[in-house]
Amino acid sequence: MNYVIYPASILLYFLLCYLVGKLAKNKALGFDQGFLLSLCLSPLVGVILAVTGARITARTLWWKLVAIALVVYALVGGLLLPVPTLPILNETIRNLYFHVPMWFAMIGVFLISVYYSINYLSSGDIHHDMIARAAVWTGMVLGALGLITGMVWANFTWGAPWVNDPKLNGAAISMLIYTAYLILREALPEESKRGQLSAVYNIFAFSLLIVFLFILPRMYDSLHPGNGGNPAFSLYDNQDLDSSMRMVFYPAVIGWGLLGVWIMTLQVRLLRIQHKLREDRLDADTEYDFPASSPAKETHS
Amino acid sequence: MLLQEIRYLVRKEIQLEWRQKYALSGVLVYVVSTVFVAYLSFRTIRDIPTWNALFWIILLFTAVNAIAKSFVQESGGQRLYLYSLCSPEAIILSKIIYNAMVVSLLAIICLAAYVLFIGNPVENMGMFLLCLVLGGTGFSSALTLISAISAQTSNNATLMAILSFPIILPMLILLIAFSKNAIDGLAWAQNTKYLIGLGAINGMVVVLSYLLFPYLWRD
Repeated sequence: MNYVIYPASILLYFLLCYLVGKLAKNKALGFDQGFLLSLCLSPLVGVILAVTGARITARTLWWKLVAIALVVYALVGGLLLPVPTLPILNETIRNLYFHVPMWFAMIGVFLISVYYSINYLSSGDIHHDMIARAAVWTGMVLGALGLITGMVWANFTWGAPWVNDPKLNGAAISMLIYTAYLILREALPEESKRGQLSAVYNIFAFSLLIVFLFILPRMYDSLHPGNGGNPAFSLYDNQDLDSSMRMVFYPAVIGWGLLGVWIMTLQVRLLRIQHKLREDRLDADTEYDFPASSPAKETHS
Repeated sequence: MLLQEIRYLVRKEIQLEWRQKYALSGVLVYVVSTVFVAYLSFRTIRDIPTWNALFWIILLFTAVNAIAKSFVQESGGQRLYLYSLCSPEAIILSKIIYNAMVVSLLAIICLAAYVLFIGNPVENMGMFLLCLVLGGTGFSSALTLISAISAQTSNNATLMAILSFPIILPMLILLIAFSKNAIDGLAWAQNTKYLIGLGAINGMVVVLSYLLFPYLWRD
């Protein structure tokens, strides 16, 4: 899990630079400057984390507390802090703090899943397959939440919870593809074949997810912001000079991302325990009685 | 070397099929009977979206049936012999090409039966036929890999339908929109985005199949 550290440090430092810029008098760091600054300084954060021995693994606690703090902040601040007033959207723009971070967290978790699927194909280590499966399950829950928050939002702004839109259809189809992944796993009782086939299907499914969520919707007419010629998020925030939405949005993304990874690690631990129990039961069941062995064994049978 | 292998394998598939005509005739009967059942209830369909939708439904299930047989009908010994001779890339590409030919042929036969029984409102037949061929290659490329995956499980047919359905859906959305434009007789310039979209999905699925199949055939 150590590979999570550097992207996490980049995001954390971006947040820090941004907040520092906000606190300075009359200075609001824009998205580009903050991003560049954080890129330059993120190795420093990585070094600090490595030297102090902080790790993002299933056992360490600090990042879980960070996740809780950030999500609570996003919840409270998202509902109470001021937002720019936009036509049609008005106060519903606050849903951005929930809907988008959930989808970003889902993409992050599916990335982890496909990484471990590719790892499994070359290594054959069953633990990699377990992580891939746990990550898919967590990602599906996050995606379902994203769909629900999207439907609530659409009901208020577009008039109906579901419209015939390429992005929405793509999201629903991606959920169906991953449901089919879980069904495929159920149909294969043997461990190694299950790992292999589901790894192949996972790579297939992830590539299609990227196409259906990001590439196809941009090519066709769409109601959804960011696709089909609609303005994306950055334009909502630029009208408002001090970028008040980003103050809640970026912590929310990091918080929900870390929360998703936490839930995934819990699932992985559960799967590992189940696997170990099964293995122990199999070992206990295979007791051979050899006739030409020690007297202790003979009295046993 | 790869091209030679592919050419040889495709020729082998066509020859084997032509000797027995087992799979092809079964699917042909399926097509004609489905169209006939539709004819019995609808008689004739004037409404274009309904005509289009029903046509694609029949074609979709025909294609799934036709391609499901592609990995299942070889016996274990045959498969082992074949896999020891040819590279897996050649095998999957030859199967995709063969299935694309089969589904395109089926689509044209299905169209002929449909036009015969239910009526022909199509304005731009050339564009419609191109749409059928694109659809055939699209179905074939997506379903062949899925068929390879589900052939290794115990309940083949159900699993193949479940796995293939979400992948076919976006392709189907694009195909239906494109074919409706063809029926209405719209100009080619308005349809370029569908051509690009379909070409992109087809290309990506073929490349994915090419990359992933070697991990499957080892078993």
